[in-house]
Amino acid sequence: MQISEAWLRTYVNPDINTDTLVEQLTMAGLEVDSVEPAAAEFSGVVVGQVVAMEQHPDADRLRVCQVNVGEAEPLQIVCGASNVRVGLKIPAALCGAVLPGDFKIKKSKLRGQESFGMLCSEKELGLVAEAHGLMELSDDAPVGVDIRDYLSLNDSIIEVDLTPNRADCLSVEGLAREVALLNKLDWSTTAVETVAVTHTETLSVKVTAPEACPRYLGRIIKAVNPQAPTPLWMQERLRRSGIRSLGPLVDVTNYVLLELGQPLHVFDASKLSGGITVRYANADESLKLLNNEEIKLDAQALIIADDKQALALAGVMGGSDSAVSDTTQTVFLECAFFTPLAIAGKARNFGLHTDSSHRFERGVDAQLQNRAIERATQLIVEIAGGEVGDITEVTSNEHLPARNAVILRRSKIAQSLAIELQDAQVIDILQRLGMQVADHAEGWQVSPPSFRFDISIEADLIEEIARVFGYNNLPSSSLFMRSELSQVTEGLLEIDRVKDLFVDRGYQEAVTYSFVDEEIQNIVAPGVEAIRLKNPISSELAVMRTTLWCGLLKAALYNTNRQQSRVRLFETGLRFTKVDGETQQQKMLAGLVLGDVYSDQWAEKARKVDFYDAKADLQAIFELSGCDASFTKGELSTLHPGQTAKIVSADGKEIGWLGMLHPQLEKQLGFDSQVFLFELDQDSFLNKKVPVFTALSKYPSVTRDLALIVNESVSAGDIITCIKSSAEKALQDVIIFDVYRGKGIEEGSKSIALSLVLQDDTQTLTETEIETIVGRLLNLLATEINAKLRD
Amino acid sequence: MSATLEEILAQALQELAAVKDLIELDKVRVNYLGKKGLFTLQMKELGNLDPEQRRAVGQVINQAKDQFQQQLEAAKDKLEADALSARLASESIDVTLPGRGQSTGRLHPVTTTLRRISKIFATVGFTVVEGPEIEDDYHNFEALNIPAHHPARAMHDTFYFDAHTVLRTHTSPVQIRTMESEKPPLKVIAPGRVYRCDSDITHTPMFHQVEGFLVDTDVSFADLKGVVYEFLRAFFEKDIQVRFRPSYFPFTEPSAEVDIECVMCGGHGCRVCSHTGWLEVMGCGMIHPEVFKAVNIDSEQYSGFAFGMGVERLAMLRYGINDLRLFFENDLKFLEQFN
Ligand SMILES: [Zn+2]
Repeated sequence: MQISEAWLRTYVNPDINTDTLVEQLTMAGLEVDSVEPAAAEFSGVVVGQVVAMEQHPDADRLRVCQVNVGEAEPLQIVCGASNVRVGLKIPAALCGAVLPGDFKIKKSKLRGQESFGMLCSEKELGLVAEAHGLMELSDDAPVGVDIRDYLSLNDSIIEVDLTPNRADCLSVEGLAREVALLNKLDWSTTAVETVAVTHTETLSVKVTAPEACPRYLGRIIKAVNPQAPTPLWMQERLRRSGIRSLGPLVDVTNYVLLELGQPLHVFDASKLSGGITVRYANADESLKLLNNEEIKLDAQALIIADDKQALALAGVMGGSDSAVSDTTQTVFLECAFFTPLAIAGKARNFGLHTDSSHRFERGVDAQLQNRAIERATQLIVEIAGGEVGDITEVTSNEHLPARNAVILRRSKIAQSLAIELQDAQVIDILQRLGMQVADHAEGWQVSPPSFRFDISIEADLIEEIARVFGYNNLPSSSLFMRSELSQVTEGLLEIDRVKDLFVDRGYQEAVTYSFVDEEIQNIVAPGVEAIRLKNPISSELAVMRTTLWCGLLKAALYNTNRQQSRVRLFETGLRFTKVDGETQQQKMLAGLVLGDVYSDQWAEKARKVDFYDAKADLQAIFELSGCDASFTKGELSTLHPGQTAKIVSADGKEIGWLGMLHPQLEKQLGFDSQVFLFELDQDSFLNKKVPVFTALSKYPSVTRDLALIVNESVSAGDIITCIKSSAEKALQDVIIFDVYRGKGIEEGSKSIALSLVLQDDTQTLTETEIETIVGRLLNLLATEINAKLRD
Repeated sequence: MSATLEEILAQALQELAAVKDLIELDKVRVNYLGKKGLFTLQMKELGNLDPEQRRAVGQVINQAKDQFQQQLEAAKDKLEADALSARLASESIDVTLPGRGQSTGRLHPVTTTLRRISKIFATVGFTVVEGPEIEDDYHNFEALNIPAHHPARAMHDTFYFDAHTVLRTHTSPVQIRTMESEKPPLKVIAPGRVYRCDSDITHTPMFHQVEGFLVDTDVSFADLKGVVYEFLRAFFEKDIQVRFRPSYFPFTEPSAEVDIECVMCGGHGCRVCSHTGWLEVMGCGMIHPEVFKAVNIDSEQYSGFAFGMGVERLAMLRYGINDLRLFFENDLKFLEQFN
């Protein structure tokens, strides 16, 4: 909410400057977002009056005016505005004036006629963005007075960003109450004069939803002049609150809304048929709103209706059919209390947010309606004239918000705030907040005022005491807590350690969005059901990722498009899938590498990264965790069919994938080099094996090298698995050190050279024993995978 | 006889002088001192002489042999020294050329910041807990005292999957999940991704938060103030000014926003702090009785505080990053800066 500081100070005027006032509000929880001058800088403009006017002899659209600016002689000023006329009071910029935008006014000649100044519009004074014609001042404006003084333009507009609990401050009176409280000053509310009733016409009011509308007041005011000018002071106060002047009737309701915090509505009574009903809408009803939008109502929408149709969305916005216009003569003035729950969410359901709905859904003072309708009546009659009828009031006391007393315990204040306050201090703060305070065995019984919707439990009162006392005046203690030794689970590999591993192996950590482009995801992970956002920010961020590859590929492209030829990225985070209709949120680790294996260097021949480079990075994780995992030949449409490994845990579960991006996708996505990708379920490696010591053998180990001829279809993994299946107890390790195809080897076969590391725990192996073991292994290899020893 | 010996010695010394490497040197040594070496043969011939002569001649031979041997040693030392200097010379390299092998990557600044935060709180026994990112309405709102249609929901710009399922808008649901499953005392830090349906120069639809909370008997607002002060001073490694402003969160009461003295201008006012000298860095408060009620913790027996902060915001202030969107573009030129 934004409000004129000068207006606020008419209620309570502490002896502090704007900065201090603003600081005070902010530190009381009424955060001031901005302070702007009420008007741009300008000078040399006074109230003038056109005393004589002639047509310019050489220009149809110009008039030569004699303007009284409070000096002995009137000034001659040439003016082109259409509304200039004799007797009109206007802002007159004198020679030497400087208007906003550093526009200097000098004596000039317009088509041969001398002009000693300029008559101004609101736009030229920087008060509004658009204006038509001169700014018309009221007839009692004192000629010659500086316009800044006359319009109180040396004012600040204070914008307060109120939290939802402080609806009581959504008015200048509400803010004045806080300022008075903070400065320990007295203040009083606007005095309201009751206008005498001069006719007996009323409209019947029926409330069929008293739980939503516990109080409804209305009255008929006849013979108003809808074209009477809104006084400048009111226009200015509205303007400083960001509200445009729309004629005296609407201006008054807006003004009372700002002044007291009570939304009101005026209907053109001639457009109503029969009485007023406050009810829930029927499913087939619709309503054309003031903003010309036609909305379909439903049974949840609370409306104001006449005997024929819906007139207004209660507490949100009026309808255009019953709106006041330039020809309105009789108005029905509505002033109601709608409960927050009845309004909350309703405006938003229709995509609306109005000053009225904003207040009702946060809570309007339920005791304010009589005062507000009298205040609005008084202002309407003052400005637009009119004959006032009786107020029709329908109140359902049982549905008005209950204001139960709250018990506040002395001990609870001390315990919550760690401070011992004097009773008098507590009582003073509560009373200044408008609360009724009575004694109670453990402290006080506190009755909150009707405007404080947010006070219903003890904690609410303690917060108020803390707030008024000042958070920064409350004690602060050094942390003292019961301490226990923390648990350090050795069987858990921390993901931070794995991240460090990848960083050390030359990867940059990426963080990509959890929602991705569905089209790209369909390419990268086809056939996987993605979870769709109902209200995505854009189609590029519309579905939850089923794989981290989507984000990494996009990040890699971002970089290759910026002349990066070497990209190594990894990311950790959740992937989201549906399994049997259930949402699964699985922690993953994924990576992407492309380009040279090493960054440019003088000492090594440049080499592109390949499958085995990436595989080594993954194997390093399993070495950290001590978990067994195997890489088997797999198939995934995203990856190159000849370079795809499915990663399988010791218990046979699929835990991840590694491979080269399929060349087709590589092209389709716009890469110009091979891309390697991997993704692993974090659970597969975060459960670390706690090591168990094996005694070191005292006997020497021996190595035997073998070259085996096998069929192409036999993988290195098959050979190792076969050898390890032998359960030879002296076998310590198998290391493959060469793979050979070509001369000397039959087509369709390959030679695999490997070292067997043998060692016995109890003795030095003899040559004969070694031969026997190797012989047994060769037999096994021959039977299992048809491997022959190469001659 | 002696003439012959002299000749031998002269020749030996001459050969020694011509030697170019240790292999040649050894040939010369064998030639004169080996089993069949010329000096050795001379000594063998002594046996043919009578004893008197044998001694005198032997002495002469030994003298010649010693002389040769000295020269031989000297030549060897020299050759070895030459060889060493030759090796040293040939093996000299340009030590300013870069080292070989894999370069080192970097952690994302969000991770670095999260780690610092967790580490600071770990020193006083806070443990890290995580929660789901697709969250139900109950944990994200209801249990946190934000019922349907509460105006506070409007401030959250929630991403929905259906009427009851959302992307968590804050890390506070972890508070509920933890209190549902564990009994006080509790000291927990919950870092993670959060989502708001908002995207412009200062908002990304995804960002990171750290939620922290403590529940115990007799926890007061003073404890909250103390923890926040100490944390912020530890995080910025500076004795900065901190202030608490009353605010409103449905799940805490009293609630506060915490401002620190602007780290960019030292509190004098600049563009970053909108010329106020203060920067808002976190929200906090005492856990609301309604929240305790939702998780069946007796608010008469226990009290607690909670705080939440934006990780990117802290990282921006700490490292002087001026654009939030950089965090998620993953430009290598950005990522490589945060060692
Ligand atoms: Zn600053």
